Amino acid sequence: MERVVITGFGLLSPCGNSAQSFWEQVSQGISGLGPVTRVDASLLGNNVAGEVRGFNPDEHFGRQIDLLDRFAQLGLVAARQALADAGLATRLEEGNGGPAPHRVGVLTGTALGGVESEDASFYQLYGKKSPRLHPFCIPRMMFNAASAHISMESGAQGPCFAVSSACASATHALGEAMRMVRNGTADIMLAGGADAPLTLGVFKAWEAMRVLAPPEPSAQAACRPFSVDRAGLVLSEGAAMFVLESERSARRRGARIYAELAGYGASADASHITLPSQQGPLRAMQQALLDAGLNPGDIDYINAHGTATRVNDPIESAAIGSLLGEHASTVAVSSTKSVHGHAMGASGALELAATLLAMQNNCVPPTANVTEVDPECNLDITPNQPKAKTIRAALSNSFAFGGLNAVVALRQFK
Amino acid sequence: MESDALTQEVIEIIAREQRLPAESIQPNATFEELKIDSLDGVNIVFALEEKYNLTIPDETARDMKSVDQVVAALRKQLNTPSPALPS
Repeated sequence: MERVVITGFGLLSPCGNSAQSFWEQVSQGISGLGPVTRVDASLLGNNVAGEVRGFNPDEHFGRQIDLLDRFAQLGLVAARQALADAGLATRLEEGNGGPAPHRVGVLTGTALGGVESEDASFYQLYGKKSPRLHPFCIPRMMFNAASAHISMESGAQGPCFAVSSACASATHALGEAMRMVRNGTADIMLAGGADAPLTLGVFKAWEAMRVLAPPEPSAQAACRPFSVDRAGLVLSEGAAMFVLESERSARRRGARIYAELAGYGASADASHITLPSQQGPLRAMQQALLDAGLNPGDIDYINAHGTATRVNDPIESAAIGSLLGEHASTVAVSSTKSVHGHAMGASGALELAATLLAMQNNCVPPTANVTEVDPECNLDITPNQPKAKTIRAALSNSFAFGGLNAVVALRQFK
Repeated sequence: MESDALTQEVIEIIAREQRLPAESIQPNATFEELKIDSLDGVNIVFALEEKYNLTIPDETARDMKSVDQVVAALRKQLNTPSPALPS
């Protein structure tokens, strides 16, 4: 069995389009949420979202842009950043001394795929009564588009597909990719998540579920996980991609190793399509620890799923409390969704980036915007202020509608 | 060879979709020479349908493998007479 290490990562998020800017905001609890600009905000009940700003697709793509939905654009640019960060060539070639292309794979999570293209195309059909759709609709809409473009551009010829499990997509992708490296299927997996769900259709669909936060007291402070006055989740977009590599491959090429992706647990509640259970998330966390050979006492930080919905936060808190037992009071927990929002299938990847950066910087990022901790969320949720702390090992939680749970464990590499 | 207005329009559509300079496209150029693959081809057919507000049948589209063939198929569909051959 190979140990799996992280040797590079890249991201685009509402908190900046580089790991550095992301950490500057996330570590200080500076919100990247704001009023919506990507759709006509007058049609929205709650005018707040986490948009990726300062991203001009034309600066990144030539003619290929015609084939790229926004989610694939974000995923592809994050993958380029990750490859560069890992010291890998933009284009893998046989026999140039680098990793063999057929030993490198791609796995991206996405909840909604090319929904922006789908929304725009179907509006032409239903709204404008257009007799035909653009022939690039299918390649833009398909959920595997980000994975495919990353493979095409990088030359990665190993296993390549997409994982879709709503809000847990990226964490499932990262966990499954880790297993592929661990069991020798690939030496390197480019894995993470990408989603760009900020379309009118998606906003209105979420609005109908009555779980979106209003922009109060401000758009920036709309997302308040674990806070007694939390009022719902804030939709956002983004992508984060990681280079997961066998320790052997990383050592062979002298790569810098950030940390070990040490464990993965996945479970299903098998109960309700939207209401989470406590047992399902608990089993996923327990499996991640077991998989990593960790005990609850080894964990110093948990990046919670922490959506800021009325339902999620107390149930997740109870599950974490049950996992940690006597250690619950010493483990720092936070939800960085408070600043980057809920980027759907990309969330787990952005949150693994936050967890990794926390470990690198010996600093627990806060749960921002907390007015008063909900007594039903009886954990150290790191309200509003970062906390200096050595993080030996950490968990990153993602729980999806459908009761699909995924958790990854990160450990300092020694 | 002098090209007529329709040929010129087709060349301009192909140039726009393929991000090529229009002057680099000769009326007798094949799609292969222009590096137009099958996906590019359906994209060009879509652009023609939009421009001329017509529906090009699949079997007609399949036979469009050069600028000349596109123009000929289009002319047939638009039911316009061919320009007089140069004497």
